[in-house]
Amino acid sequence: MPRTISVPSPAPFSRRRFLGATGGLSLSAALAAACGSSGSGGGSTASATPLSQASIDKAMTTPTTLTFWTWVPNIADEVALFEKKYPAIKVNVVNAGQSQPEYTKLRTALQASSGAPDVCQIEYEYIPSFTITDSLLDLRPYGASALKSEFVDWTWSQVTGTNGEVWAIPQDTGPMGMLYRQDIFDAHGISVPTTWDEFADAARKLHAADPTVYLTNLSPSDGAAWHGLLWQANAKPYTTSGSSTVSIDLDDAASQKVTSYWGQLAQQGVVSTDPDFTDSWYTGFNKGKYATWLTAAWGPVFLSGSAQATAGKWRAAPLPQWDASTPASGNWGGSTSAVIKSTKNPIAAAQFAQFLNTDADSTKLFATKQFLFPSTKALRSDPDFIDQAPAFYGGQRVNELFAQISDTVSTTFQWPPFLDEVMTDWTDTVGKALADKTDALTALAQLESQLTTYAKNQGFTVTSTSS
Amino acid sequence: MSTPATARGRFSLAKPGTAGPIFVAPFLLLFLLLFLTPLGYAAYLSLFQHRLVGGTTFVGLKNYVTAIGDPLLRHGVAHVALFFVIQVPVMLVLAVLFALALDSGLLRLAKVIRLGIFLPYAVPSVVATLMWGYLYGPSFGPFAQIGRNLHVTVPNFLDSSWMLASLSNIVTWEFTGYNMIILYAALQTIPRELYEAAAVDGAGAWRIARSIKLPALRPALTLTLLFSVIGSFQLFNEPALLQQLAPNVIDSAYTANLYAYSLAFTGQQVNYAAAVSFLLGLIIVIISYVVLFLANRRGTR
Repeated sequence: MPRTISVPSPAPFSRRRFLGATGGLSLSAALAAACGSSGSGGGSTASATPLSQASIDKAMTTPTTLTFWTWVPNIADEVALFEKKYPAIKVNVVNAGQSQPEYTKLRTALQASSGAPDVCQIEYEYIPSFTITDSLLDLRPYGASALKSEFVDWTWSQVTGTNGEVWAIPQDTGPMGMLYRQDIFDAHGISVPTTWDEFADAARKLHAADPTVYLTNLSPSDGAAWHGLLWQANAKPYTTSGSSTVSIDLDDAASQKVTSYWGQLAQQGVVSTDPDFTDSWYTGFNKGKYATWLTAAWGPVFLSGSAQATAGKWRAAPLPQWDASTPASGNWGGSTSAVIKSTKNPIAAAQFAQFLNTDADSTKLFATKQFLFPSTKALRSDPDFIDQAPAFYGGQRVNELFAQISDTVSTTFQWPPFLDEVMTDWTDTVGKALADKTDALTALAQLESQLTTYAKNQGFTVTSTSS
Repeated sequence: MSTPATARGRFSLAKPGTAGPIFVAPFLLLFLLLFLTPLGYAAYLSLFQHRLVGGTTFVGLKNYVTAIGDPLLRHGVAHVALFFVIQVPVMLVLAVLFALALDSGLLRLAKVIRLGIFLPYAVPSVVATLMWGYLYGPSFGPFAQIGRNLHVTVPNFLDSSWMLASLSNIVTWEFTGYNMIILYAALQTIPRELYEAAAVDGAGAWRIARSIKLPALRPALTLTLLFSVIGSFQLFNEPALLQQLAPNVIDSAYTANLYAYSLAFTGQQVNYAAAVSFLLGLIIVIISYVVLFLANRRGTR
């Protein structure tokens, strides 16, 4: 058989960063050209008093141009729905990069007090990193409080601040499940693991039977996926109280349990530790190197675009459980629309963020055209969405499964106000230990100490409740 | 000025003394705006500290003191120093050999070979690194696949023991041709009569290379060495791109420049990053000076 190397192009809607590594020199130039709205003014002071309908109506009929940074492809379709409803408002869509490249530009614009957008796509885990710098607008006065019941509970808690502020409107989500190769499982007599113990046994059994296959790949460069697994285990590694106190508890029982579990599997060499979203990783899926992918709700569509050679062989299941009697999951990825505090048109910007993610037509378009996994309760029971049965998964109703999984995601997981540092330090410590097959718990302790040092240097009061 | 007007004088704009500054003015203006101003601003920034909680405060030289004692910065500088010590001699020896071979006139297809060796320099370093990164791939890279088919164990070029060598290989591939061209051009300036005289004195090709060509290459070699010092200590593109493939081998402080970048853009410690950059610039100046000093001292001995 000819050995062809297929290098699938990554689907454009991956939730992950592809770090632009060519340096930051072109940054200011890109910024200068990026957009026009400027100044710091608009943002009202933190009061939860709702605006009158009259002032909203007035703002929505005044000719206004909003700048919207997002990396969702073809979002012009949804934007057009808004512009049709509010002809006075024009939305200028700018793709300022995906995830970290966008945040870097946003931070630079905020520091320069010039060039920041009115509305910006921000992932859930990064919200605290922008509220700590007081860069987001509390949307409560603009009618956001009333939207709580429309969204899945944990997505709403992710956008809610410690004093009840609404910092952003949820767009899509990534509750985690397990995609697995039915054919590989059948060939080796492995039944779908429902607990992590079963999963570990299956990992050893599969790798012993066929040394070229691993039950799964845990990326040593993807702190976001790993934090999703922490979330599932009900770990509470970061808690922020007030504006300057953060608690870093990576040595709590749940984090220790997850870390030592994966550390052991990696040391035994029965799970692979390849960096994800690389050519080698895509090829691994196409060639059957990995029998499962522990991924998020956006994973099924992403995989069907990236591993076409294996179409029809995949199925989906919930993540294996720590306690089978109380099924749980975590979240990996997904985004929100946040209004930047420096906007001069807070009412129009807030209305836009809300419309985009709550309007029935707009949200349905996201779910069925861009395949974003929805955050609204309505869509999660919409037959057009949950009845989809893609052939890549043998006709399984994958969306319905992930909608059920979403109900098991805990609402209390919090992110620290310096996520970039967490992710980089995680890769340098725990990720490195997994890849090098060294002691993961030692690395976890090192991560805690590095983060504590960083937080103290940044002026935080750091507490640790579990040690 | 009492000098009589000459033919040249009639074309000068004003007094003879003013033409020079006018010609230099566009350069000076750009130099000031695009070089000195950002440099000055960075120096200014490096004297402050910005915290997520508490804002910006003036800290004087504290950032520099921290940087000097920073183990991660030392780790990065040590890496690039090791890289410099291994990679640069290999690259320059290769470049000298190629230049001598081309200059000897004994090669067939000399122009094709010259172009072939120079061509990698025309490939952007980002593209070159992506290409080599693919070739190095431990699972599905061509080297690994060929090795597997021949039942030969191919090392993992992207693991921690090989990474520096793999990076050296990429940089050598990229810049040998460039250095070769500089050296080759220097060889071309040697008067051919010297070779004839040497031949009359009974010198063979090797003797001519050793006694005439190599000494004549010294200034050009010093120049390439200087470029290499700067290039090595500023190593960024190649490790930054290979970081995607081996994120745990190339950590955020693998090279000094990478460390400055991650301080500024992931740690948001812009002020500290500015101090680190200045310190790094100082290190480069010192090492360049030492290299020049050593080269000149030997040259005049």
